[in-house]
Amino acid sequence: MIISVSWRNIWRNKTRSLVVITAITLGIMAGVFSTAFMKGMMDKRIESAIHTELSHIQIHDSLYSKTNELKYYMQGTDALARRIDTLPHVSGVTQRIIVQSMISSAETGAGVKIMGIRPEEERKVTDIAEHITDGKYFEGIKRYPVVIGEKLAHKLNVRERSKVVITLQDLNNNLTAGAFRVAGIYKTSNTVFDESNVFIRYEDLAQLTGLPPGACHEIAIRVEDNRYTLPVRARINTLLTGRERALTWTEISPEMSYVTQVMDMYMYIFIIIILLALLFGIINTMLMVILERHKEIGMLLAIGMSRMRIFFMIIVETVLLSLTGGVTGIVLGTWLSKHFETHYIDLSMFGKGLEQLGYSSLVNTSIDPVMVINVTFMVIVTGIIAAIYPAWKAIHYDPAEALRIE
Amino acid sequence: MNIIEIKDLVKIYDSAEIKVTAVDHIDLTFEKGEFSAVVGPSGSGKTTFLNLLGGLDRPTAGTVIIDGTDLWSLKPRQIIDFRLHNIGFVFQSYNLLPVLTALENVEFIMHLQGRPKAERTKRAVELLQAVGLGDRLHSRPGKLSGGQQQRVAVARALASKPKFILADEPTANLDSHATENLLNIMEKLNREEQITFIFSTHDARVVKKARRVITLEDGKVLSDERR
Repeated sequence: MIISVSWRNIWRNKTRSLVVITAITLGIMAGVFSTAFMKGMMDKRIESAIHTELSHIQIHDSLYSKTNELKYYMQGTDALARRIDTLPHVSGVTQRIIVQSMISSAETGAGVKIMGIRPEEERKVTDIAEHITDGKYFEGIKRYPVVIGEKLAHKLNVRERSKVVITLQDLNNNLTAGAFRVAGIYKTSNTVFDESNVFIRYEDLAQLTGLPPGACHEIAIRVEDNRYTLPVRARINTLLTGRERALTWTEISPEMSYVTQVMDMYMYIFIIIILLALLFGIINTMLMVILERHKEIGMLLAIGMSRMRIFFMIIVETVLLSLTGGVTGIVLGTWLSKHFETHYIDLSMFGKGLEQLGYSSLVNTSIDPVMVINVTFMVIVTGIIAAIYPAWKAIHYDPAEALRIE
Repeated sequence: MNIIEIKDLVKIYDSAEIKVTAVDHIDLTFEKGEFSAVVGPSGSGKTTFLNLLGGLDRPTAGTVIIDGTDLWSLKPRQIIDFRLHNIGFVFQSYNLLPVLTALENVEFIMHLQGRPKAERTKRAVELLQAVGLGDRLHSRPGKLSGGQQQRVAVARALASKPKFILADEPTANLDSHATENLLNIMEKLNREEQITFIFSTHDARVVKKARRVITLEDGKVLSDERR
């Protein structure tokens, strides 16, 4: 019955309650949407990093991981790659030769990472082929094709079918060079990646470097879903016998998971700031409420309602008021976030800056159910905190004095 | 049989600027079934006296013993609980909860006492019928006249089965018809169910109905007349 009284009390002054509820609704809706937006941006960055740059798991010679030296390649990896490809939940496996080198055009040169890949296998692991904006992915050029990023192409002032020269040190530390023609130009959401990664055929790079057949520096593995990363890595570990080590994408790029954690923390700080602002609004409203009901509270004390029950009644009223706005805000924020899960938010006016940081300018939101539950809980706690002072004030009313008020 | 014994009751309001003796050494007893009026001019101490009797205001000195319990020896929390189970209140401005219907207002006090839903609904309906509001059970106070609201207040006061009912100027805001109606109901309840009523009033119509009239002046009992 007390809960019913509390609920009805909220609607005694509809305008005032609706103003407070609207403020809470807008605050929480903005909070939920903003966190979904930030999470969507982060998820997309991670997804792009995995699908374009890192893959889920990589295997290297442990010395190569430390030094990135050409000589620390893994031998006879074809059988291992085939075996990994048969593991459950593995959707693609590719072997790569990786060399730090120079790429030059007729006009200028740049230091880049050359990756010798097998295009058909690479397609199953990374999505560079889907980012081709000019030319084709290793098609159209029969001898020594190269695929470079758009940013690098601009830097070198080259386009499709232009000639570039790749200069590198071979296994015997001799300087060697090869002339390549641009088969395709790709553009990802990360301009730094586009500027520094060049793809040529595995066989071409093996020939240039003098690596034996089946040798590679990296085996990249894509799994069906990120949740299979750890189980698949555990299976792969049982297949490794030498110095090879299998690393997950969070181990290869720890800053990526740190950014996620930091972003989570920022999201909660953001919500807490919103709730703090709302807290004082709610306290103010509830102080007005108990001042208006001074006489009524005096009557309740007079007829024998305990101070604890009056305290509880005001706490319940405040929590219900906060929850009404909070839940409405969560529902609207979730609805808005769900809408933008399938519809892009176009930030192309900030695209250049975002792409420098590796973020796409087309963002989808991503709502986290745990965050929604936590926000609901935080709204309840805010309601309780906001109610404590007004409720404490109410229970200290003197009934005789309160009843004298006309 | 005495249900209230008041001994040497004193209440002094002592502010920084002025000291006012609102109740000045009052000794009185009330028996079960009394229909008493406390009268006197404004400022004579009627309301303060009723507040001391009802456990709403702490006396400066003296005792109030209700059915063997020294009211002011109880802890504050116990006094609230004592009021809930032993004293009914009717206020000048009704003081019903505006968000509850007449029925719910009467039920509310029984809810506080922890009585089961079925029992409190049954009793609330009976009481509202007894005060002539059987057809307004589901009306909120805002939809009732002053007289009807005061009758709901009487039903609420009776709902807790108190030892006595304190009514502070219960007819002050009512017209003559509503006053007559209310007094008849309270007189009937007093006569038929031995409910003890103690009023503070300066309404001549209430005084006329009372069987005992205690006159206060400057916080002292000027006269105590039984009829």
